[in-house]
Amino acid sequence: MSATLDQIFVLLQHWLVSFLPAVLQPFVSVLLGVVVIIGLFPALFAFAVWMERKGLGRIQNRLGPNRVGPFGLLQPIADGIKSLTKEDIVPLSADVVVHFLAPLVLVVAVFMGFAVLPMGRNMVLVDMDAGLLFYFAMGASTELSIFMAGWSSRNKYSLLGAMRAVAQMISYEVPLLMSSVAVVMIAGTLSLTKIVAAQNSYSGVFPHWYIFTPWGLAGFLMYVVSSMAETNRSPFDLPEGESELVAGYFTEYSGFKFALFFLGEYLAMFSISGLGTVLFLGGWSAPFSFLTWVPSWIWFFSKLMMSISVFIWIRGTLPRLRQDQLMNFAWKFVLPMTLLNLFVAALWRFLGEGWERWVICSVILLLAYVVLGRTGMREGKFGPRRYRYAE
Amino acid sequence: MSFVFYILAALTLAGALAAVLLKNTVHCALALTVAFAGLAFLFLQLDAQFAGFAQVLVYIGAVAILVVFAILLTRGSETPKDGVYSRNWLAGLVIAAGVFAALGWAVLQSVPGLPHETAAPQVSVLQIGNALMTRYVLPLEIVAVLLTLALIGAVIVAMHQKVEAQ
Repeated sequence: MSATLDQIFVLLQHWLVSFLPAVLQPFVSVLLGVVVIIGLFPALFAFAVWMERKGLGRIQNRLGPNRVGPFGLLQPIADGIKSLTKEDIVPLSADVVVHFLAPLVLVVAVFMGFAVLPMGRNMVLVDMDAGLLFYFAMGASTELSIFMAGWSSRNKYSLLGAMRAVAQMISYEVPLLMSSVAVVMIAGTLSLTKIVAAQNSYSGVFPHWYIFTPWGLAGFLMYVVSSMAETNRSPFDLPEGESELVAGYFTEYSGFKFALFFLGEYLAMFSISGLGTVLFLGGWSAPFSFLTWVPSWIWFFSKLMMSISVFIWIRGTLPRLRQDQLMNFAWKFVLPMTLLNLFVAALWRFLGEGWERWVICSVILLLAYVVLGRTGMREGKFGPRRYRYAE
Repeated sequence: MSFVFYILAALTLAGALAAVLLKNTVHCALALTVAFAGLAFLFLQLDAQFAGFAQVLVYIGAVAILVVFAILLTRGSETPKDGVYSRNWLAGLVIAAGVFAALGWAVLQSVPGLPHETAAPQVSVLQIGNALMTRYVLPLEIVAVLLTLALIGAVIVAMHQKVEAQ
């Protein structure tokens, strides 16, 4: 029974496809997967927006949306209808073609990332040999669409926001990649399904997730920091800092194009949380060996929604960083730590089984954390900053 | 040659031509990105996953961004009044045609020397990684050192002004 429930979506897909002639079958089964991804994640997006508004409301001691439907649950639908019926304003001096293409390129590139994420046992759209590489290639293409949006609007706030966003995304892409490379080194593969399979075993009741190793924990923490910067989420939301730049690169977007940017931001959050889940949190594997009867996709999506809650929680808690703090943090702290983490992961691989590797790897990482953190704090100038405007 | 190849070739050529012919420099950079994407698709169509994804990651993710940054930071995005075409375009055309002819000749000459394989070879990322780390480790390290040197050089160039100001 639990095996059927675990594979229910795969079986459903096979059952639906079996009605068709054999020529069409591979094509339609891929198409079905695509339709499910395109339908499911925007639905989750609507729910996450509601969750975020409610959660931020609670953190700021107010109620959040509570007028449309029970507990304001229908608010996202009302918002969707509103953005569909709003006038689509394109600035007179804007570059019309690029302005139109930017949100489309963003949403398409973000959707592509979901193709390689294993969302349950046997539940992956394309099981690629180089899945992780594909994911990062698609993630890198979103930067260009943000630049296109900012530049084509012919608005100084848009352009500044886009430049900030691109600089920030390039800076944090390096630690994001580096922290994932440690996982690749241990798992010995770039295929995301194989990375999950490598973590899907237990000692006693506890799973062999990579987060439960010294290098995995360090890598995961740095992955979380860089993924927040990569998705332009608070406290790294300078590109759309409303107190400075109105709304950053999508200032000049209205109606459904604005909704597409909003959707793109949340989808990027989902996909990067999904990748973090796959790399460090064991993907669809159960947290305890006696819970393996629960369907694998339930675990994947619970982990995903937990990560989204953490994103929301941090947004409600931390203030926004300053541009120089952001860059210093990326290049002087996160990057050296990820490089060291690569070394520690190699050490972990070659020290063999036993308790020594736990002690050695933890001590190296803790020492580096303390030393780098202390020196960084000492050098950091926390007083008022002297700005140099076009000297 | 399949139908897909012709579509991709047309896309790549259109992107490359637009990159040369368009007047606005940022449009040129974006058109160049289309050409990069077309090349990546060509690699994928040949079952070279690693090369295709590396092409997207490096060229669309990094080089294209670098190009647009360079354009925007050097005040060159305005179209010059006397047109965008260089006066000695004829010489450029001749040189470009010469280089293309030499490359094409070299490629066509090398075809008989290649081993004749009937089935498409299956190359996994694992094999590429092994080859890079064993047989081709020296070229890889040289490229790494070169890139590090370029990085350090760029930082020194950027820091120069700050040192003088103090």
